[in-house]
Amino acid sequence: MLAAASSVAGFVVVLVMTPPLIRFLVKRGMQVKDVNKKGNVMIARPGGISIIVGIAVSEIILYAFLQLNEILAILITTVAAFAIGYADDRKVMGGWFKPVTLAVAAIPIILLGTYDTDLAFPLFGTVQIPVLYLALIVLVISITGNTINSIDVLNGVASGFMVIASFTLTLCLIIVQNYEIAAASLPLGFVSLAFYKYHKVPSRIFPGDSGALALGAMYGTLAIVGSVEVIAAVALLPAVINSFLFLSSVKRIVEHRQIKVRPVEHTEDFKLKATEDRTAPVTLLRLILAGRPLSEKHACFAIFRLGIFSGILAVITAFMMEIKI
Amino acid sequence: MKSGIPGFLFGMWVLILMGGWLVVTVLGPISISGFGDLDGIVNSGAKAVIAVMLVVIWVLILSTFKNWIFRKEIKS
Repeated sequence: MLAAASSVAGFVVVLVMTPPLIRFLVKRGMQVKDVNKKGNVMIARPGGISIIVGIAVSEIILYAFLQLNEILAILITTVAAFAIGYADDRKVMGGWFKPVTLAVAAIPIILLGTYDTDLAFPLFGTVQIPVLYLALIVLVISITGNTINSIDVLNGVASGFMVIASFTLTLCLIIVQNYEIAAASLPLGFVSLAFYKYHKVPSRIFPGDSGALALGAMYGTLAIVGSVEVIAAVALLPAVINSFLFLSSVKRIVEHRQIKVRPVEHTEDFKLKATEDRTAPVTLLRLILAGRPLSEKHACFAIFRLGIFSGILAVITAFMMEIKI
Repeated sequence: MKSGIPGFLFGMWVLILMGGWLVVTVLGPISISGFGDLDGIVNSGAKAVIAVMLVVIWVLILSTFKNWIFRKEIKS
């Protein structure tokens, strides 16, 4: 009941706050060009402001009743990730800025001691890695934050994908009987869902780095404090694949805006198509479009279908946690 | 898209499961002693090196798999 109430609160906050935020950002000229639209279509950014307020309201309500350090860790790490993203939204930083600073954002999880050094795997049991686990915490937050940010390439993809991944994570937390963290994870899905209303094709607002990093870092923190690292990684596989494809083709950590050859082009009727330029980075979207050109909406749905597929694999993984060979 | 990318996802999932088996049965039981108070750090260091090697192998397998799928998607 408490989980539902806090989630509804976050949902309503984002739903109500985003339209005035769009007007405010447009008035201040805080807009960026939507490169996948004909003409000079400008979209308000960053929508991360309404996302973080929604998350904060939900988690504060939960903390007021449950008084869990885990919720405090989720809140502090997510707010820190938002602040890092907001700094990048306002002033373009180098490729290393976000991975390194997100690693710092993970420190509250360590300081509050809200982790279990036993890493659980399906079928085979757990492995204790006390020192290594600290490095894993730092890596997880940096990776989840950046993978959600890197998949934010089409209208509605980051928020829509997050809806699928976070509701899957909540379901998996219930399956492994971690009900308190399941309650803390529910607002992520509802906040993402409310934001998706304004972010879907055609977008009225972009989350920006602040929104994408906040969503990703919160997801990563939930995975750690809920001891469902492997399950969370499986649910996030399409985004992980996108980062893997990008990094393995570019072979260094760079910002997307630093890439000279774009992986995706437009047809005459402004559908998205994969570039034939061999020097362009390989991304998930380029792979999806390699078969045939798609409209932005259909390309989004293709990514969502992959999200649902990996979500099913994550649920199977959660059930497999109870089986020991 | 057909089965290429979901196949890649499924392959990654299988690799994660296999990685779990390796970590629990091979990496976990490793115990190095004889360094006194430094035993814990030496153990973690050895496990970290092996874990990094496993990740490198994992990435190499995925890269091969990715190239194969990408070529297949372009041909289809």
